[in-house]
Amino acid sequence: MSSSYFEHDADIGIIGRGLTVEQSFEAAAHAVFAIITHIEEVHPLTIVAVEFEESDPELALVVWLNLLLGKARELGMVFSHFYIQRQGNYWHGKAAGEKWREELERGVEVKGATLTMLAVKPIGPIWESRCVVDV
Amino acid sequence: MNIQSLLQLHPYLWTLPKTTGEKRAEVLLYGSEPLLASMDDKVLEQIANVAALPGLAGAAMTMPDAHWGYGFPIGGVAAFDAAQGGIISAGGVGFDISCGIRCLRSNLNLHDAVARFERLADRLFATIPAGVGEEGHIHLNPQQLDQVLLGGAQWAVKQGYGNTADLDYVEENGCVGGAVPSNVSELAKKRQRGEMGTLGSGNHYLEVQVVEHIYDQTAALAFGLHEGQLVISIHCGSRGLGHQIGTDYLVMLAKAAGRLGIHLPDRELACAPVKSPEGQQYLGAMNAAINCALANRQILTHLTRETFAEVYPNATLETLFDISHNTCKEEQHEVDGKTRWLHVHRKGATRAFAPGHPRLPARYRDVGQPVIIGGSMGTGSYILAGASTNQAFASCSHGAGRAMSRNQALKQWNGRTLIDDLKRQGILIRTRSMRGAAEEAPGAYKDVDQVAEVTEQAGLARRVAFLRPKVCIKG
Repeated sequence: MSSSYFEHDADIGIIGRGLTVEQSFEAAAHAVFAIITHIEEVHPLTIVAVEFEESDPELALVVWLNLLLGKARELGMVFSHFYIQRQGNYWHGKAAGEKWREELERGVEVKGATLTMLAVKPIGPIWESRCVVDV
Repeated sequence: MNIQSLLQLHPYLWTLPKTTGEKRAEVLLYGSEPLLASMDDKVLEQIANVAALPGLAGAAMTMPDAHWGYGFPIGGVAAFDAAQGGIISAGGVGFDISCGIRCLRSNLNLHDAVARFERLADRLFATIPAGVGEEGHIHLNPQQLDQVLLGGAQWAVKQGYGNTADLDYVEENGCVGGAVPSNVSELAKKRQRGEMGTLGSGNHYLEVQVVEHIYDQTAALAFGLHEGQLVISIHCGSRGLGHQIGTDYLVMLAKAAGRLGIHLPDRELACAPVKSPEGQQYLGAMNAAINCALANRQILTHLTRETFAEVYPNATLETLFDISHNTCKEEQHEVDGKTRWLHVHRKGATRAFAPGHPRLPARYRDVGQPVIIGGSMGTGSYILAGASTNQAFASCSHGAGRAMSRNQALKQWNGRTLIDDLKRQGILIRTRSMRGAAEEAPGAYKDVDQVAEVTEQAGLARRVAFLRPKVCIKG
């Protein structure tokens, strides 16, 4: 699994790659939260579950990322570890992290994942998920 | 942007000729040749996509500060006629619904106040919750939050945040009609619980500025501005609630568009006819978010006043104007000689009513609506006035516009070094995010002087005053 970024004038393009579509989603989530803080310093103390129904994998990526962002803001948390599993049109995910504390690096708030430059597709043996996030 | 593909109509107005068989309305781009040449080609692609949406009235337009956005370009303006099947687009409003600027004029002059700037910066930074992960001091229960969504800045004033005089100088007197709190998801409301009275992050700021130059004495007099005076600009929006509404409705409207047979060249243009159930539902939620943003800036105004009163006991701060730049508003405009009610989307564009407009407060009616073009923390901002020459649905530029991506800026600047450099230039920055500071480096933005000058030359608005930053609280 790996995450990276692509250029966008106003906002930030995020990319997640993995051997499965789920792994690419997890890597994409990692890319998003690494904008918000220094993710390696976040302790996975609390696990939060999310689930949703979506048949379109591209829209599922956006829903997944936005659910995580919404939950993080609702709970005053930041996440560092991600897991998601697809069963048909149902997606079951978990994120682990902790409440904001003084020592955590303050990066930039991500408002939401957009449908711009949205793609979820296999490239050879690797699945790649990407979109622009609004910051 | 490849300007060879454009046709110049006037020195500061260009169009994109249609290719054979291309089905879209007219595209108009306001700007000078250098500004347009510096824009990404994606701006052109995005505004052409907007021009293909149903029910567009007149042309789809970009302002001189336009840059590549998501769905709509930032600096995009498009008006849709509901009676002609016109749409409302969540992508045309953006995630930060009703992001805007509240500008306050003070009775302080630079030379009297400068000695206490360090203390002012520290106190503002301690008082104004800013940056990612920061919570506000106000926690509302669900019923109270619904009152915010219905009442906007009027609700905030009733709670003691500011005074009724503020409301005369806030768009829609601080409260838009048509807000439907029940159209706002529970998650959106939960996200807002700790975020009332917070500044946010990214390009949001609270800035203490000095009026360095007056361009238009008559308008400046009406706006209560003079050289050497301190003013305060507060740039923020509807916070987590607006972000979640954008999120919720983006996917919903993208699916609705498919069901309703609306072809979306870019799915981020997610939209539905204004008159459809989906369109009405989004409108109700979006108006609720507008009220949330207006209340938020009203609370921040109050916190700013309290802080100024601590540092400068005789300070008075009056609201000059409060204007949003990520909205869809129902307004009357003349198109092809007919007056029509239109849903005007302004995404990264500011409303700029001309002199005489009936919706302007009496104080400004003769000179036009105050317009704020917010620049970077190291350069400056402009106050302009709406112009009668404006042909862009009373819209104009809202900021300097980014010249490079955040990733590029991060590679080029170090936050700490940048803040130290700005201090040597007499600009005090307070932030919790060094990454954010680097991304917001002045060099990452276009030349705000050029944007303001071209905005005036294009007839969109008239320059009134230039503001130089002195203290900046960054999100």
